[in-house]
Amino acid sequence: MGPTRLALAYARRRPLATLLVVALAAIGTAVVVLTLAVGRELATRLDRDAQGIDLVVGAKGSPLQLVLAGVYHVDVPPGNIPLAALSELRANPMVAGAIPLALGDSVRGFRIVGTEHALVAHYGAQLAQGRQWAKPMEAVLGSEVARATGLGVGAKFTGSHGLSEGGGGHDEASYAVVGVLAPTGRVVDRMALTSVASVWAVHDAHHPPEAAEEHDHDKAEGGPAREVTMVLVRYAGPLAAASLPRAINSGSNYMAASPAYEMARLLTVFGVGLDLVRAFAALLIVASAAMLFVALAQALDERRYDLAILRALGASRGQVAWVLLAESMTLALAGAALGWVIAQVTLALAGTWLPAAAPLAATAWTLRGNEGWIVAGAALAGALAAAWPAWQAYRLDVAATLADG
Amino acid sequence: MFELTDVEHRYGTVRALAVPSWRAQAGEQWLLAGASGSGKSTLLHILAGLTTPSAGRVVVAGQDLAALAGGARDRWRGRHVGVVPQKLHLIGAVSVFDNLRLACTMAGLRVEEARIRALLAAVQVADLAQRRPGELSQGQAQRVAIARAVVNRPALLLADEPTASLDDASAAAALELLRTQAREAGATLVVASHDARVRPLLPRTYQLSEVAAAA
Repeated sequence: MGPTRLALAYARRRPLATLLVVALAAIGTAVVVLTLAVGRELATRLDRDAQGIDLVVGAKGSPLQLVLAGVYHVDVPPGNIPLAALSELRANPMVAGAIPLALGDSVRGFRIVGTEHALVAHYGAQLAQGRQWAKPMEAVLGSEVARATGLGVGAKFTGSHGLSEGGGGHDEASYAVVGVLAPTGRVVDRMALTSVASVWAVHDAHHPPEAAEEHDHDKAEGGPAREVTMVLVRYAGPLAAASLPRAINSGSNYMAASPAYEMARLLTVFGVGLDLVRAFAALLIVASAAMLFVALAQALDERRYDLAILRALGASRGQVAWVLLAESMTLALAGAALGWVIAQVTLALAGTWLPAAAPLAATAWTLRGNEGWIVAGAALAGALAAAWPAWQAYRLDVAATLADG
Repeated sequence: MFELTDVEHRYGTVRALAVPSWRAQAGEQWLLAGASGSGKSTLLHILAGLTTPSAGRVVVAGQDLAALAGGARDRWRGRHVGVVPQKLHLIGAVSVFDNLRLACTMAGLRVEEARIRALLAAVQVADLAQRRPGELSQGQAQRVAIARAVVNRPALLLADEPTASLDDASAAAALELLRTQAREAGATLVVASHDARVRPLLPRTYQLSEVAAAA
């Protein structure tokens, strides 16, 4: 029975206040840890999906939209560009690689991407079943598409306009699934891949050249003037980063957008939101510390005589101050530890509830450096909350207190 | 065992206590007598090293208390002095047993659980060891407070008004318990009291002078 156990005994004596302090600290910590995990996973995912793509070249419009549509496949593309742009880019000595994308349709919410086998290689995807597409209207499904739609090798499907489910369909032109990719953890898991020619064929069948003018995402189809939606470019060298985007943006009818730059911009905006959530969580922790302060300041009055007795029994000034500090820091640390556990359970469960959050679940139960700082911060908040009461205990006039009774 | 020479204590300019000379031998049992406000409690605090006198020399168990400061004085007190305060005041957050345990750990001494059990049995509260102080009667709490004061085998046992608010039988029993426990611990006992019932129960008396109190 030392000062620390005595501190815990005091905490147990007022269970309601103790529970409230621990709960506030736990909720605050949990929210901070969760927002850190989400922010970290978001940055990792954005970075992973953009790896090896230095530039996206597409129709003029919003560069962010171009990147979101071409790299992350979460937005509609701003338009199409002539197929000739692909040849021009491939002929440019600053370009090491250029992969075309023809977008527009989807299968049950997953994008159908007309492209080349180079895209599969770019994402490092391997075939889990079947083979690569070899001719128009053959498709290879990403692992998530296959899992969610139940489609497998030998199955057929038709595309719908746009990205959302239920758009107008292309029932007259169906794709044959010839392969399924193994999971990669990258955006390709959520794509149905086919050749660019397949996309052209579907739209030629659905929108004969005379009707093309009325169609919003492929208006120059048909005839020799083929288009693609965008081209993913890999630089030949570091110098290209300085001159190629400028050359494209100023000297052509299409636009170049850098995923790294656009994502940094997006994360800045998104980061403000996360910071706001964290600030709110920090407020909860501060409220918890304030409650601790009030509880300890009140307790100090009740325990003045206890502390004087402890001094009479031989406790030093430091030991009686520690009784209050230990109580406060223990509660703050318990709250922080509980908050961390709540956050980890939430992360682990998130993976069960939402397949898209599976990578978050994989990060659960790992203590990271910045989370260690949160725990240290909670201990510090606890120490600060107890500082004044502990100082009063330190300065306690034992003789006067015992005499007062 | 202890020796006070020309001890004086002032609160500001008011002299609250004057002890020209008082010497006690090991194992002696003393009544520190004096009217209310005569400085009895102050003198007990001086003997316990809780208050530093304004003047004079205090030697307890061979230790000149002026030579001890801060933590060293606290440790010394925990190991050599047992205190039974007037209001007893056991720590309410922990059990009776843990109150005695605290007395050991606060003094930086090893906890001897067998001794604690034996002491609680000696003061007839063994069956209350796991109870909280709030569940005890006044008499039971007093017995626990005495056990707590002697658990570290102090050389000096100080009790402040131990019979206040007790009936005659309880007062006699409390005094007897203090004397027995002091004797068994080999401690010098000083009981500060203005209770006339106590005087015939203790063999020696040190009377605080009225002059000192009024000066």
